[in-house]
Amino acid sequence: MVGILEDKDRIFTNLYGLQDWGLEGAKKRGAWNGTKDILDLGRQWIIDNTKASGLRGRGGAGFSTGLKWSFMPKEVREGRPHYLVVNADESEPGTCKDREIMRHDPHLFIEGCLVASFAMQAHACYIYIRGEYVREREVMEAAVKQAYEAKLIGKKNVHGWDFDVYIHHGAGAYICGEETALLESLEGKKGQPRLKPPFPAGAGLYGCPTTVNNVESIAVVPTILRRGAEWFAGFGRPNNTGTKLFCISGHVERPCNVEEAMSIPFRQLLEDHCGGVRGGWGNLKAVIPGGSSVRMIPAEMCEDLPMDFDALSALKSGLGTAAVIVMDKSTDLIKAIARISYFYKHESCGQCTPCREGTGWMWRVMERMAKGEADPKEIDTLLEVTTQIEGHTICALGDAAAWPIQGLIRHFRPEIEARIANYRSGKPHIQGHTLAAE
Amino acid sequence: MPKAKVNGVEVEFEPGMTVLQVAELAGEEIPRFCYHERLSIAGNCRMCLVEVKPGPPKPQASCALPAAENQEIFTASPMVKKGREGVLEFLLINHPLDCPICDQGGECDLQDETLGYGRDDSRYHENKRAVEEKYMGPLVKTVMTRCIQCTRCVRYVTEIAGVPEIGMISRGEDAEITTYLEKAINSEMTGNVVDLCPVGALTHKPWAFNYRPWELKKTETVDVMDAVGANIRVDARGAEVMRVLPRVNEAINEEWIDDKTRYAVDGLMRQRLDQPYIRKNKKLVPATWGEAFDAIAAKVKKSSPDRLGVIAGDLQDAESMKAALDLFTALGSANVDCRQDGSVLGAGPRESWLFNTTIAGLEQADAIMLIGTNPRLEAPLVNARLRKHWLATGVRIGVCGDNADLNFSYHHIGAGAASLQKVFDDHAKIAAQKPAFIVGSGVLAREDGEAILNMIGQGAAKFGLVKDGWNGFNVLHTAASRVGGLDMGFVPGKGGLTAKAMVKKGALDVLFLLGADEIDTADSDAFVVYLGTHGDNGAHKADVILPGAAYTEKAGIYVNMEGRVQLANRAIFPKGEAREDWAILRALSDRLGATLPYDSLTALRRKLIADHPTFGQVDYAPGSQPAALDLGKLGKKGKVSDAPFTSPVSDFYQTNPIARASVTMAECSALAASLRAQPVAAE
Repeated sequence: MVGILEDKDRIFTNLYGLQDWGLEGAKKRGAWNGTKDILDLGRQWIIDNTKASGLRGRGGAGFSTGLKWSFMPKEVREGRPHYLVVNADESEPGTCKDREIMRHDPHLFIEGCLVASFAMQAHACYIYIRGEYVREREVMEAAVKQAYEAKLIGKKNVHGWDFDVYIHHGAGAYICGEETALLESLEGKKGQPRLKPPFPAGAGLYGCPTTVNNVESIAVVPTILRRGAEWFAGFGRPNNTGTKLFCISGHVERPCNVEEAMSIPFRQLLEDHCGGVRGGWGNLKAVIPGGSSVRMIPAEMCEDLPMDFDALSALKSGLGTAAVIVMDKSTDLIKAIARISYFYKHESCGQCTPCREGTGWMWRVMERMAKGEADPKEIDTLLEVTTQIEGHTICALGDAAAWPIQGLIRHFRPEIEARIANYRSGKPHIQGHTLAAE
Repeated sequence: MPKAKVNGVEVEFEPGMTVLQVAELAGEEIPRFCYHERLSIAGNCRMCLVEVKPGPPKPQASCALPAAENQEIFTASPMVKKGREGVLEFLLINHPLDCPICDQGGECDLQDETLGYGRDDSRYHENKRAVEEKYMGPLVKTVMTRCIQCTRCVRYVTEIAGVPEIGMISRGEDAEITTYLEKAINSEMTGNVVDLCPVGALTHKPWAFNYRPWELKKTETVDVMDAVGANIRVDARGAEVMRVLPRVNEAINEEWIDDKTRYAVDGLMRQRLDQPYIRKNKKLVPATWGEAFDAIAAKVKKSSPDRLGVIAGDLQDAESMKAALDLFTALGSANVDCRQDGSVLGAGPRESWLFNTTIAGLEQADAIMLIGTNPRLEAPLVNARLRKHWLATGVRIGVCGDNADLNFSYHHIGAGAASLQKVFDDHAKIAAQKPAFIVGSGVLAREDGEAILNMIGQGAAKFGLVKDGWNGFNVLHTAASRVGGLDMGFVPGKGGLTAKAMVKKGALDVLFLLGADEIDTADSDAFVVYLGTHGDNGAHKADVILPGAAYTEKAGIYVNMEGRVQLANRAIFPKGEAREDWAILRALSDRLGATLPYDSLTALRRKLIADHPTFGQVDYAPGSQPAALDLGKLGKKGKVSDAPFTSPVSDFYQTNPIARASVTMAECSALAASLRAQPVAAE
């Protein structure tokens, strides 16, 4: 058998787009099956079962989805409708799981929107799709149209819960994937994160109670409710349950998206689904296990590593979006992280000081370090700068920019030092070379 | 009240306060760049970090964090110190080290905080960022490389000034503050962005490189550019006023002032009258005080008392008006008037010419009607207060008169008296507990002013503007001296002529213009004596010029439109041979044989207060007392013309001799005229 998850337990059975994404095809695969029955079991049942399934948010932070839903006000107050906003602004480098859901299994997703909205008493759901996802938007729009025509959603639909879905196409800013920046952007303003508190559940879109969920978190819900919370909770280790889409890229034989059980050992994930590391397991150098923003881990820690939230945070990394970026020994890690630093410098919104000023600083130092054109003591300075950004910003972009560098320095400091020494050995050492720049 | 602990000290606080405010209650100073009491919270500078328990194990921005019961707040823990040092280092890495040539130097928040949280060396070895300058008009100079993106200016123009023309473009380290299409900000209150800017990114363009803040002598005084009486601080060096800054007065100007108040002061150095002049052979020639007084005395003694008259100007202090009033009363003349514009106010109770709700009290009104006034031009601070009230409560505002852009939305009733009368006729009453009228001084200065006042009074009575604990009848004056003049009865006595009548051909033998520059004296064939500060309209017509002191050069009492008595102080001495106005009148009275009974300013004030007790109530506005104002008896019944109501101010920047002498104001005036001529094409 390949992997851990059996075909019968897959939620996204059309992940590779081999079948029809349309309503007919989706219905054959089980979407929209018994949705009315689920809704009839009531809000509390839906929320309780989502909690019981142990589903943790698939957008990166890993917060319990059911718990998040339960933060919404119990009563809808006059003039303050509830909203569900789905974050389909999948911009984390390395991540491409929501893309596949929207392309190939849109109906599962739309059904999830209905169920989640019903659970939170929302009559409107906004899907904020990343600017670069043009085809995905087209498929989603077509799928939503099909669902409207089939009276699955819309006013007076067959499910008895008036429900509208609005697709909003973003303009391609990474920061608009941050939930409050996404709400700002959705309201037509500049995409800059809001201060929290107030949290969106209290004052979100247009100041009304709002829940922002990832596409995958929403899309798995109907299947969980159909097959039972215990079924979903049966995969993975406690507190890290369920199935998960992994996006494996980088130096593997066959980069792929694959739905697997949580806590699958890293090596098994690679060898069963991706044909292993390019050049064999021994050629592995490091891996970024959860999208570009988490700290990398070196090969020696990866042998028996279960791919889940808790195991990775114990290694001071994170599962993030489960975008596994594999790097073999041919990789120039310093250059790779410098490129990631450039990305965060480029995507910083510029609102708060540490991120605005710090990301540029880190990137410039990283660029020099990639060439070796630095002073060994700058490594410590750089590490301190990352800690000056981390935890001091309005949103998590500051953290996301700091972590890759921290991971690099934590595990590959000798490599940076060697690079600097090598650069210097070729040139007469100029004392106080930094003075010139001042 | 809930309690919290700040560095171990327990303090009580009001629910809804932020951690920053609670820490300040406990006497802890929290450094900040973006936070400002009067603006919305941005929370983006991250300088106000504190540690709170219970809370996450990382520092929190105290400006945006609501304080909670039993919270423990630490403002000086190692975590806080490290956090703030980190933020400051980030702010400094791209901030130029040009403090020696920066106008903000010495009063720069970034400098001050660097003293507390800065490093002694730089760890940043890359090139610093440079940002292109942006054009923000003739008043605000930009050095955008210094900008720390606190967005105070953006929030100010959007929220307070109501012209969302400054914004942040681009993102990340490329983020820049700029104006819309790099045009001048179309507001009368742009100078405040400079006060708000915590660094030297926005500085005063007219005063660039003129002074260092520590070399200035600071004098707290009040403004006379309009009838609001904004509290200001005049900073002077030697004999020159270098700048004017606002002082905080919650009842009047909060902490804003308009651009005329702030930037017209360069007019104090130009076109000044610094010695007496006498007209000989149609030319004004310099003279001594003695010669000037002799020339006046010769004329006055030849004419009968009812052929003498005095008109007081808009910038006069109460003391000089009192001295002039006493002098002309002693000479036997009833021809005294402080209403150059020909306003009909002055008869009846004091409440009939006051801004009775008070400026701050406007915020209690639940329906407001503006009649023949454009507060944005006549009193920008009142307009800002209206906007603030409108933003906070969405108060209903109606306008009868110009359909101008007032920075808040309103219902335009119509242009003239007929539409106003229709409103009065159509509504038996209005659904408002605290309705207020704001009547422009322009409509009361028309030929049919008495009839309009009567009509407005009738309508106001019908709508119940005056009731127990509320007086919603407001007159919006434009002249700083006006309420003081009316309060002391500087209006024609029995048989006396009004200002308009005095300047008619053949009306008088001797016309005394006490700083009166806004009245057309072309027809008058009288012997004109001008006591004033500038070579402006009054001086051009004068036969004798007596150089007086401008508002920054004398101590004086001013009564603002609310009836609030305020003391102005002397910042610098009068120019050349010029003297304080009351002293000139006192000396002149000696020559005219009607010696005034006071030898000092104190004695004059004592007499003023004895004759008119309201002048003794300093910093007090009567406000909405159970008033003796009978609205129905205002004015006189008569025919009202249907000419549209217009504002008395058409050019905000050129309303008095000081402003007209100011180069800065001339530039602003030209710019405003060009903006009026061609609206922004992109819109």
